[in-house]
Amino acid sequence: MIESLIHSNKAELTQSAKNGSPVVLSTRVRLARNLVDTPFPGRASKSQRSDVLTKCVDRIAELPQMKQGSFFDTAELSELEKQVLVERHLISRELCEAESGSGVFINKDQTCSVMINEEDHLRIQFMKTGFNLRSVWKQIDRFDSSLEDGLDVAFSQEFGYLTACPTNLGTALRASVMMHLPGLVISEHMDKVIRAVNQLGITVRGLFGEGSDATGHVFQISNQQTLGESEEEIMSRLGSVFKTIIDHEINARFKYLEQNRARLLDQIGRAFGTLQNAHVLNSNEAMNLLSLVRLAVDFEMLPEVNRSEVDRLFIECQPGHIQHAAGEGIEPDARDLCRADKVREEFARLPSLNFDKVNVIE
Amino acid sequence: MAENLKCSHCNNPATVHLTQIVNNKIIKVDLCESCAQAKGVTDPEGFSLADLLTKTNLIPEGGEPQITCPSCGLTSADFRRTGRLGCATCYLHFIPLLRPVLEDMHAGTLHKGKVPQVALSRQSAAAELQTLKNALERAISEEAYEDAAKYRDQIQAIKKSADSEAVHS
Repeated sequence: MIESLIHSNKAELTQSAKNGSPVVLSTRVRLARNLVDTPFPGRASKSQRSDVLTKCVDRIAELPQMKQGSFFDTAELSELEKQVLVERHLISRELCEAESGSGVFINKDQTCSVMINEEDHLRIQFMKTGFNLRSVWKQIDRFDSSLEDGLDVAFSQEFGYLTACPTNLGTALRASVMMHLPGLVISEHMDKVIRAVNQLGITVRGLFGEGSDATGHVFQISNQQTLGESEEEIMSRLGSVFKTIIDHEINARFKYLEQNRARLLDQIGRAFGTLQNAHVLNSNEAMNLLSLVRLAVDFEMLPEVNRSEVDRLFIECQPGHIQHAAGEGIEPDARDLCRADKVREEFARLPSLNFDKVNVIE
Repeated sequence: MAENLKCSHCNNPATVHLTQIVNNKIIKVDLCESCAQAKGVTDPEGFSLADLLTKTNLIPEGGEPQITCPSCGLTSADFRRTGRLGCATCYLHFIPLLRPVLEDMHAGTLHKGKVPQVALSRQSAAAELQTLKNALERAISEEAYEDAAKYRDQIQAIKKSADSEAVHS
């Protein structure tokens, strides 16, 4: 069912070469919305859920942003297909386990996904590669406003948008960036950063939530509070925290390079060599090595044009993607062979590392 | 990271350690891999410790008023167990339970963001229309024809302006 999504040559997350940036992999904003007069999904009857689904799907299908988009009913997706969509951040694990009458609408370039009957009736998400908080907010705001033209949403003057969980109340907005922070991790400053931003009501998690030692040095950083501040206030507060983290990361890389030049270049070189030649590669190792190769692009040891290939491999080396590509039902061991084959093939096309250019990062 | 810690929910070794500061209070939770998964800590879509605590034990047991939502039937016990409300109407009835939780959870307790203007004006227009229709029926049944004519004109005026708005948008 999801073949067209995976093989699309227009997908923002895996195919966009133009917006890639050092440190920030992608920006996403999500809004939660519920319809008035129908209980939230967790408390709705089967028929109420299916009414909500029909109503929302009909309305979403009319929107220009969803032209050529596709709808997937959760019940019709296989476990593996769901996993692939989770790995692409298009659906949540909660939706995978949702009862009947739920699904997701995904637009053509996979920048927008709307989950229906997850924890709330509607979970709208817009995503873009790179650091793009404002433009993603503008897009989702416009989409949400046109949605509201045709659906009556649950709203109170006091509490704002009403959501199933009180933690989402108010703006019901969660803005997050996926950050690649090898400098802070290697220099052991990440714990300090996490503690500092926690104090500002900002949450830090791993790429797929592996505690604070994130695979591939990738962290998802987002606001925790949604009530008592406007969308603009939330976003500008987050924006300045994100910028500070980016600055700290760049400084940490510089400093580490200055003090441990040979060691860092050795790590990057070995990572590249391993990915070029490995025959067995588990997903954790792949992520951590790819992280160092992404760092090589930031250091201009590899041309900028190759950044999108590294970012794509971050997604395509996930277990679900490897298994989906190989056909259902392969063993985990075989998966590690397939992953190594894929990475070897892709790395054979990359130019070799240029160690002379390492000092030119800004 | 701390070693040899036990999961706060079962006794397996904890591998996920969470620390968050909510309103200047340090909150620490240690979980094993499977409890972390079950609590949604590893859900890439969104997680906060405050959320986890609501689900488990932040909302104190006993002492609070027993509330049942007249619309969806959610009880205060349900709310304490799941940390979720059942429907929009719950927010009118669970305020005594919600307020202290919201104060701990958020930057404020009053919404300052976007307002769905179009949907709200449509909803209030629909409500107004219904009130007028009821009044019209009552007037007719009471044979108060002068009032009925007045209500009928008002209804038509509202319908007309709604139609022209639809044409413009």
